[in-house]
Amino acid sequence: MSKALATLVKTQFPEAVLETHAQFGDDTLVLAPDAWKKVARFLRDTPQASMDMLMDLTAVDFPDREPRFEVVAHFYSLEKGHRLRLKARVGDAEGDGAEIDTLTDLWASANWLERECWDMFGVVFKGHPDLRRILMYPEFEGHPLRKDYPADKIQPLVPYLDIENIEKLPPFGPDEGMSFGRQTHAEREDEGGIEDKRDS
Amino acid sequence: MEPLDLPLDESEIELATEPMLLNVGPSHPAMHGTVRVVMELSGENIERCDVQVGYLHRGFEKMCERGTWTQVFPYVDRCNYVSPMLNNVGFAMACEKMLGILVPERCQYYRMILGELARMSDHLTCDGAMAMELGAFTPFLWMIKGREMIWDLMEEETGARLTHSFGRVGGMAAPPTDGFKEHARAVKDHCLRIVEEVERLLLGNRIFLDRLEDIGVVPAADAISLGWTGPCLRASGVPFDVRKAHPYLKYGEIEFDVPVGQSGDCFDRFMVRIEELKQCGRIIDQCLERMPDNGPINVDDPRVVLPPKEDVYSTIEGTIQHFKIVMEGLKLPAGEVYSYTEGGNGELGYYLVSDGSGTPWRVRIRPPCFLITGGLERVITGQMIADVVPCFGSLNMIGGECDR
Repeated sequence: MSKALATLVKTQFPEAVLETHAQFGDDTLVLAPDAWKKVARFLRDTPQASMDMLMDLTAVDFPDREPRFEVVAHFYSLEKGHRLRLKARVGDAEGDGAEIDTLTDLWASANWLERECWDMFGVVFKGHPDLRRILMYPEFEGHPLRKDYPADKIQPLVPYLDIENIEKLPPFGPDEGMSFGRQTHAEREDEGGIEDKRDS
Repeated sequence: MEPLDLPLDESEIELATEPMLLNVGPSHPAMHGTVRVVMELSGENIERCDVQVGYLHRGFEKMCERGTWTQVFPYVDRCNYVSPMLNNVGFAMACEKMLGILVPERCQYYRMILGELARMSDHLTCDGAMAMELGAFTPFLWMIKGREMIWDLMEEETGARLTHSFGRVGGMAAPPTDGFKEHARAVKDHCLRIVEEVERLLLGNRIFLDRLEDIGVVPAADAISLGWTGPCLRASGVPFDVRKAHPYLKYGEIEFDVPVGQSGDCFDRFMVRIEELKQCGRIIDQCLERMPDNGPINVDDPRVVLPPKEDVYSTIEGTIQHFKIVMEGLKLPAGEVYSYTEGGNGELGYYLVSDGSGTPWRVRIRPPCFLITGGLERVITGQMIADVVPCFGSLNMIGGECDR
């Protein structure tokens, strides 16, 4: 069924398709990274393909290979009921230069999926309108799903934001969530807050 | 003290013209789940908003790369903690697709019944919580009571109330208990009765309807582009259900309907779930009739299934087999696979990459909730702030699955 689809893409973009396989019944095309968006657009707009859903987009890290990352996208056609997997290999051995075109202007679902992929692997999606971390916090260092990221790595502590009028800005001040503030006993005594009632 | 009732032109009061930034969450009583929504308000209208997730990120996909394939089951349990059985079965089926094995008929029906019960608990929770957040507390208590019955049944079958870890590659951890069919039928009937009562309680209530109808409308084209699946997509009028479109287990032989909504508003999402609860009842009925009372639950494949305990303790072959499966893990053939089932919230996909050793190279869970929550921004922009509650409730974000 989608075997014909793979052939269709191959005849349309003979130099872009690097290899194809159909392991366990899942048809897969490995593309040259610069043809990523072109082929995706073709799959969405051609009536024989009509891939109206981008089901999933993620990456896999193979640190021993060059290019290192495989960006993997799964497409589904509601009308035809067929699926196709596209892959592109990007990035050098250090994980730098992993860049690929964004699909956000073709499918809205690509927005969060690409943000997650960047967050977890550090694959940059060129042209993404809002490429920031999504599952991790902004101060997080590194990309946790890379194979060279140790699972027990300890992240540096995030300093409190040092901005005036901090109580109006999230994340909030150092006393956030503490009903009496982070005051030491000594401080409160200086303010005259604590009196020893027994003497008086 | 100064008088507060001066006419406006005399007083110093000026109406604020700048949009107001309001931060809701990550832990807020009206949000079931840890998610943070930063909204830019003009009056009560939401002009722009930013949905921030990740507060429940526990790094499951990284943890999966450290153990064996079987050790992934407890992690997938904790993804969608309202319907963990569906996650269990989905992951087992992904591994089975790689190994090319098909579980026995009895196990297929067993998986379907447990899965549909889990789906019922999922929908009961979602609709109940949605009603509660709009002020109707009674339906919530009734539905949670129904869910508790389902979990009691699960506890009897699996030994654990919530996180069962009951799926296994090539079957299930244990065969059905003796009273399983009887209990399942009773629980299902009771839950359907609760659903009918809730319908009578809510669907004549003007306040409830007014807060849902024409709120958070998502047209079909938008829902498709956002990658929505499951009840949320069907509420927008797209009859896509993995169980119908690509039948797995025995869904191809079972009769059931796929309810769809008309406009894709919050009310449609609520009603699609109510209707699916009834369809779950139909599926469970048919499965209970067809499920054989005897027969194997696990496949007869020594590569993947643990030998009976008597053999492990009495024969050397059994000991070796047990040792190899437990210590080295299942050897899934090298390659990659994408397997998909219908979870509580939509297509639950598993993209597995194996290098042929006993340890997963990559376990990617395609969480339906992640993409549905990704559409929240689209749903609530332009709505009023009070509408965030029903909109968010109707999407049924499960934090564990969204953030993994």
